[in-house]
Amino acid sequence: MTQNEFLNIVMPFKDKVFRLAKRLLVSTEEAEDATQEVLLKLWRNKSKIGEYKNVEAFSMTMTKNFCFDKLKSKQAQNLKIVHSNYEEKNTPLQKQVELNDSVSWVERIIEELPEQQRMIIQLRDIEEYDFDEIAKMLDMNNTAVRVALSRARKTIRERLTNTHNYGIK
Amino acid sequence: MVLNSIEKLLEKYENGETSLKEEQVLKNYFSGDNVAPHLEHYKPMFMYFLGNQQEQFTKTLPLKTKKRFNYRWLSVAAVAVIMLGVYFNQPDDLGTIEDPELAFNEVSKQLAMISNHFNKGTATVGYLDEVNKGASTLNYLNEIENSTSIIFKKDQ
Repeated sequence: MTQNEFLNIVMPFKDKVFRLAKRLLVSTEEAEDATQEVLLKLWRNKSKIGEYKNVEAFSMTMTKNFCFDKLKSKQAQNLKIVHSNYEEKNTPLQKQVELNDSVSWVERIIEELPEQQRMIIQLRDIEEYDFDEIAKMLDMNNTAVRVALSRARKTIRERLTNTHNYGIK
Repeated sequence: MVLNSIEKLLEKYENGETSLKEEQVLKNYFSGDNVAPHLEHYKPMFMYFLGNQQEQFTKTLPLKTKKRFNYRWLSVAAVAVIMLGVYFNQPDDLGTIEDPELAFNEVSKQLAMISNHFNKGTATVGYLDEVNKGASTLNYLNEIENSTSIIFKKDQ
């Protein structure tokens, strides 16, 4: 397999891998590293790519596992995840502006969801995969995906309604 | 009417029962300008989903095609070289003897030499006779055997 053939396979979903990684790892830099790592792993095993039924779904699963490993090793080191793409203390003014922006509130709300719900929201509402694909990627069954998705959507809506009605907490 | 169906869709949406198409309808509705005031708080959510779809991975991938040296081909090449060497280094023609009498003499001389050396070889093996001699002197062992057989017969 040549580089071009590989890139043709990978290009259509590399952004999705990146966005999923970012959803889990939060920081853009970390997500970039994770994406690179996942794609390089695919490249190293390119001889096996023909055996995968669905390279895209396979890569998403790989990404999920990779990010989980990352998060786990961070917890083991007792380090907080560094959100290097938003500085909380240094720019209170900017933060104020951001908080007023309800779209970024959504991001904040999603960040607070459990990892699994975050992934499902990402895969369904942003990447628009169907339930079967999501179930396969996350190694869950169809109903479990729906239940988690419903919970996540309700949580987002409730918190949004709260901020909408009472302003910023 | 439209509002009604949107509200219904929202309910289905929250229960995770909407299809991708229905979700697209919702996204379209909320990205438009005339969102009903009481549904306004849904708008940022759908806007966020749509906006997030645009985010791209911009880092380049360092795909190195490491060409590993293939030792199998090295061995093939080595064999080829050896074969060529053998082929080109074959000894030159030793020549033939045209005259039959001369040839006969030459051959018998060679054969005589071979038989000479051969005899030399067999002569050194002659001492094996000594072993035979030794073995024959051991014949008296038979006597013992005779007597033991008698004893055993008695036992039975």
